[in-house]
Amino acid sequence: MTTNRRDFLSGVLPAAVTVAGVKASHADDHRHQHEHDHQDAPSDVALRVKSLESLLIEKGLVDRASLDALVDKYEHKVGPRNGARVIARAWVDPAYKQRLLADGTAAFAELGYPLERAAHIRALESTSAVHNVVVCTLCSCYPWDVIGLPPTWYKSAAYRSRVVIDPRSVLREFGTELADSVEVRVWDSTADERYVVLPERPAGSENLSESGLAELVTRDAMIGVTKVAPPAQGGG
Amino acid sequence: MNGIHDMGGMEDMGPINYEKNEPVFHAPWEGRVLSMAKMVEKTGKFRLGLRPPWEDLPALQYLQSSYYELWLTSLIERLVASDLATRAEIASGRAAGKPVATEPVSAAAQLKPEVPAEPRFRPGEQVRARNMHPVTHTRLPRYARGKSGTIVRDNGVSALPDTHDYSLGRNPQHVYSVRFSARELWGDRAAAQDSVYLDLWDNYLEPAQACR
Repeated sequence: MTTNRRDFLSGVLPAAVTVAGVKASHADDHRHQHEHDHQDAPSDVALRVKSLESLLIEKGLVDRASLDALVDKYEHKVGPRNGARVIARAWVDPAYKQRLLADGTAAFAELGYPLERAAHIRALESTSAVHNVVVCTLCSCYPWDVIGLPPTWYKSAAYRSRVVIDPRSVLREFGTELADSVEVRVWDSTADERYVVLPERPAGSENLSESGLAELVTRDAMIGVTKVAPPAQGGG
Repeated sequence: MNGIHDMGGMEDMGPINYEKNEPVFHAPWEGRVLSMAKMVEKTGKFRLGLRPPWEDLPALQYLQSSYYELWLTSLIERLVASDLATRAEIASGRAAGKPVATEPVSAAAQLKPEVPAEPRFRPGEQVRARNMHPVTHTRLPRYARGKSGTIVRDNGVSALPDTHDYSLGRNPQHVYSVRFSARELWGDRAAAQDSVYLDLWDNYLEPAQACR
């Protein structure tokens, strides 16, 4: 349906595009972008952070044991598996699903995931007719407590700029093809609500146990850029 | 402010780079910076929000910074702005004297009795996002300004970041989930049934008929 500016230019003005170097530089852009999304830490940054850490400890603003514990929490304790368990429960327990949709924060707490921050968790139900996808165009808001820290692409200029204006092309880039009739809802997290998509339960998952279902649920499906894929043949 | 961070709807930012099996942190310092910022935040001693320092960066620097470089920049600027450390101390990594006994401003502000905010709008009501262009932090993205939408939900009361992030008052008010049709925002290129939902503070909205 929509084309991007570069494709348009190369279609109507191939010579001009070549002259302008747009075509030739496209691959370079890609590589550049990748480097900028997460550069290897120059040792300079690592040293500055180390020095800042000593200062804050000396000032009593931070203590090392709590700092170590917090890093460990981000690296090992929070993550998409927690959210996946909640999604699987909602698939097998209609009453729980209703509670999840009515009050996400309480429903996550019910399964042992209390929230530390002031944010409220809101679950968005995707169906065959409605597809939800989450973004934070201004920054990087994301339901840390329940699915972990956001991936780099979620915080990238490419995703944040485009998913609100052209969600279908973004979804296609993630391999998600939607029928034209599907209603796409983009949720721009501008305040304290933290959105988690409750994806559609895939076909062929009828015989799976709750933990088997949780295995199917991915981080990307809970952001809404993909659907949950049916279980592999013979799996379960 | 109308900065580069407010990028919803911009074109030509390139393909989305997907890293398979991405680690939580790409280098140990990233986790240290994030955790230090969270810990100092918890003391309630910051007088400046997380995002204003990011948004004040020159556009090119913003785009070229990695996510955790932004956190580092913000942490340093907030420490300085909150009188918790000087630039000289940050450069040397050593405290110059005893820590200044600072009043935890944001915590103190929270103790002030608050007038319960009354919601101005109800679910189902038509509203328009105001055409406002503050030169400081706001959570009303440019792409929604001046556009009409429908209140779908009242999310409750929250401090207004436009003032609270600068310790200029909590200004607690209702925040609403507002649905904008994709066509209202982007014209004919959008599918008729698609929509974008934003969470908007009461201050950002006016009744739909006020403008036209």
